[in-house]
Formats: sequence, C-alpha cells, structure tokens
Amino acid sequence: MTGAAPLLEARHLRKAFVVSGAAWEKSERRAQAVEDVSLEIERGETFGVVGESGCGKTTLARLLLRLVEPDSGEIRFAGEDWLAASGAHMRQIRRRMQMVFQDPMASLDPRMRVEAIVGEPLEIHEPALGRKELRSRVADTLEAVGLTADVLPRYPHEFSGGQRQRIGIARALILRPDLIIADEPVSALDVSIGAQILELLERLQREFSLTLLLISHNLPIVAQLASRVAVMQAGRFVESGPASCVLSAPEHPYTQTLLAAVPKLPAGGGSV
Amino acid sequence: MAALLELQNFTVELPRPVGSVRPVNEVSLDIAEGEALGLVGESGCGKTMLSLGLMGLEPHGARRDGRAWLEISRDGLAARVNLAAMAGDGMRKLRGREIAMIFQEPMTALDPVMRIGAQIEEAIRVHEPHLPQAEIHRRAIESLELASVPQPDVRARQFPHQLSGGLRQRAMIAMAVAMRPRLLIADEPTTALDVTVQKQIIDLLLRLCKELHLALLFITHDLGVVAQIAQRVAVMYAGRIVEMGPTLEVLARPSHPYTAGLLRAAPRLEGKKFVPIPGAVPRLDDLPPGCAFAPRCEFHRCECDPAVPDLREVSPEHLARCILVP
Repeated sequence: MTGAAPLLEARHLRKAFVVSGAAWEKSERRAQAVEDVSLEIERGETFGVVGESGCGKTTLARLLLRLVEPDSGEIRFAGEDWLAASGAHMRQIRRRMQMVFQDPMASLDPRMRVEAIVGEPLEIHEPALGRKELRSRVADTLEAVGLTADVLPRYPHEFSGGQRQRIGIARALILRPDLIIADEPVSALDVSIGAQILELLERLQREFSLTLLLISHNLPIVAQLASRVAVMQAGRFVESGPASCVLSAPEHPYTQTLLAAVPKLPAGGGSV
Repeated sequence: MAALLELQNFTVELPRPVGSVRPVNEVSLDIAEGEALGLVGESGCGKTMLSLGLMGLEPHGARRDGRAWLEISRDGLAARVNLAAMAGDGMRKLRGREIAMIFQEPMTALDPVMRIGAQIEEAIRVHEPHLPQAEIHRRAIESLELASVPQPDVRARQFPHQLSGGLRQRAMIAMAVAMRPRLLIADEPTTALDVTVQKQIIDLLLRLCKELHLALLFITHDLGVVAQIAQRVAVMYAGRIVEMGPTLEVLARPSHPYTAGLLRAAPRLEGKKFVPIPGAVPRLDDLPPGCAFAPRCEFHRCECDPAVPDLREVSPEHLARCILVP
C-alpha cells in the first residue's frame, strides 16, 4: 500500500441486466454483466482490463463512470465516495474522469464542427469562459493530440479514422481529467495508425500526469501499455496483477487459453 | 504444381468525376491448389477491391483489365477462364461453383429471415436445379459437417441470430464450400471474432484447404494471422503489391520498408516496443509519381520519386518493390 489513496477504488461491484424474453414468458432472465469486481488504480499508472466480447468489460467502464449505476458495491474516486455524490458535487468529480470510445465515427456528432465537439465539455463545465479563451483552449488541446488549428471549422467525416480518434481524445482531454478510460481505443483502426494513437496516449499520460484505464480484447496492446492487468471472464476478474507476471506466467487456465490463442509474429523482422 | 489462379497485371479502375483511380493496380500473383496465400494491407490498399474484382462484384462502372486465369474443370476436362473478362451469366455460373467468398461479418452476409439450412440449399439449387430436394438437403447437412458445425441437423433449422459469431462464420464457410469450389476468397474472416474463436476458424480453413484441395486467398490486416495460415504472403500498398514471398521469410527478413514498418507497428506480447509508421495511407487520386510509400519512408531518397519501382528479386521466391533491393 502506498502512502496516498488510490485514484480509483472499486469494491465488490455488481451489475445485472434484465434480458427481455418473449412477452408471454413469466420469469425474467437476468444476465450478470459484472460480478463482484474489485480494483484499485494508482495515480499515474496504466491499468489494463482484458477480456473477450461479452465479458463485461465495457459495463465495468460504464459503472466506474456512473453512466450506469451498480446494483451493489462501492466506488471511491480520489478518496471520495463517488456513488454518494450528486448534483454539483457529482459534476465536479465527473469532469475529472473522461472516456475515449472505440469508434470515433459513432461517438462524434456528425453535424458538429471540430471546434464545437472539442469545446463542448468545457462550455458545460465552465460556462463563464469567454469565447476567445474557449477557442484558444480548444486549439491548445488539438495541438496536444497532434492536430493543427485549421481543423477547427471542419466536420468529422472529413477526417481519417486516426484523426477522428485524435479528436475524440482531445474532447476527453480538454477538461484536464485525472483519469481517462479508453475502451478499445484502437480496435477500429489499422495497425500503423493504431500504433500512432497508442503512442499518443502514452505521451499524453506523461505530459498531463494522466491515469489510464485501458480496456481491450487485444492482449499484446495491453501488454505493451499497462503496468497492471486484470483478465475478465463472464463478469469476473479471474486473474490480476503486474502485467509482466500475468502475461508471462499466467496462473488461471482462461488466461493461458487467451495467451495461447494470440497469433504470434516470428521473432526478428521490423528492419529492412 | 500448376497455379489454379494466376493474375497477370490484374487491374480494377474506378471512374471519378475527373479521371479515374486504380484501387487494384497491375497485380500479378498465383495460388496453387491446396495453397493458402495471405494478402496483407491496411484499409484502402485495395485488397477487398481485388477480391470483388475476381468475383465480378466490382462496383458499377468499374473497369477490369489484365488477366485473371482460373483453372476450372468442365465435363472432366481442364480449362482456363479469364475472370477479368467474365461478366453476367458466365460469371454467375462460376460464382459458388468454382469460386466462393466469405466475409468479415457473417451476420451481414447471411439472410436474417432464412434458416441456415435453407440458405445453403439455395446455394446448391442455383447450380443444380434438377437435383431432388432430399439430395440437396443431404448435401447441405454434409457441408455443415464439413465446416465442423456441431449438431448440423439442429443448426440447419435455426436462424442466423440464434448462432454465435464463430458458428455463423462456420455456417458461412459451409455455404461457401457447398459446391466444392476450387478457389476460396476469405476477406478478413476472423477480424470480428475473439482470439480463441479466431484460432478455431483458422484451423478449420487450413483443414478444408487440404481436404478439398482449395486454393485459399486469405485477406487480412493482421500479420500474426498470416503467419498462422499462409505459406506465402503478398503485401499490398496503394493498389500495388509491394512485397511477396514465403511468409516466414518475409516476416523474418522484410525487404520493403512498409512491411518492416507494419511489423514494428504491431504490438507484441513481449519484447520490443511498437513503433508507429508516421503519416497516413495516401489517397488514390493523389498518388506520387514514384513509390507510393516514399512520403512515409525513413529510407526515402531522390531515386524513389521519378517512377514507381519495379518488383525486384530478393531471392528466387521473394520480391520487393523497392530501390533498396540490390
């Protein structure tokens, strides 16, 4: 245990969804999306959650952001009881945690210009901000993610997938959050572009002292970025620990199966 | 072994308001019976347009050029047809019977309101309209068995949404091989699947390749997947093949900077840190006169710019389109 409290701490989180059956079915079925998950994320670290589709990793992200409320459990953010927060206090905490989504085409409003997309969170959280100040903060943030000010008046469809993801990251970054939750941030991108985005996330993490929760089905990506990982299956963490241990000496059979299924590239290569 | 599919300067040209672009530009390659060739490239490199062009499914108004020779058997006699010149009824007779294709997302390729069995039967009936229904049904079940679908009788009566992603892909493979085609084109068939299921589908395709003597054109963006499935690999960039050769040799000793860059950009479980390729894939209507990769290339020099480099021999089987190859 380090001296300071972890930035994010979750205890025994549970969430079930009602699966609607046919209208004449009496009993409703419940799908346990997240089952007794506990985690601690230290300031400045990258925590990876790995699992296959349907394992509950996205629900976990939504619970941590309180986009859905858990059935039971506790969440503490920077030592404060996050689930008890409401009103202004809730908004105050929420601006410190932001999310980056998988598909930037689906998460960016196609009818908004880049300036409005990136500036919107700031307008909501700091309505007193002047027009000029807002614009300069947007331009600064775009620069931080590797875009220039000439993109301000353009629309999402004018950009490539990698550039769109940069816009999505800028929107998350503009509030200067402590925590960014990135849910499959490069799954929709090509390998060479995905690597650019991963590198950008790493650089931003250093420059802005961000804490990163990286959610992915892709073990190599998590292996490269995360200091600690949790492997999720059917709503539970089946194994967690330092990335180097979990991925080189997995103990749980499911982790072993996952690792064995990752297509391996032959050693060497990469230089002409 | 003689090539089952042989492309000679195969080109697909799309008209634009001004001029035209070539998503597939003078591609030459061959695939033998029982062989799997991996076609690797990022979005927009032309790999999907290549497969659509071979199937005669290119967009309306597109022009195909060059040769795409396919070995077919007619009444026990071997013959060769040029797919690039086939259209309409001629192409329809080949599609399904001689060439079949499977796609990335089986849910969009399968009819959601038709039972699995009926969809496979339809694929057979198109080519064999005079077969009795019982025989068509028997063949459909046999195809599901061939694709290792457990309980084929039960699955045949189900609808696509009742199947998991992996099973749907197996059902689509069953449909593709129902007429025992000679060439199977698989366009990113495992991209939407979890890694554990991906491995099962790759193993299935490899087994079918052997058992049915299929020539398999396996399209993917994932070099790791290529290493698992293909004996030979072709790397495409901006419509052209930039490197081709035995998979292990190309991945261990890439001779084109783009291939090397892709290998470095792929995150690995252990070992070296990934290194992104700077820049982005060029637009097809804005290609440089020389090497299309030059603007992103760390070895770029003046000789790269005047004209597109030829494919040069690295070793007898291994070609690369780069002036660095001696």
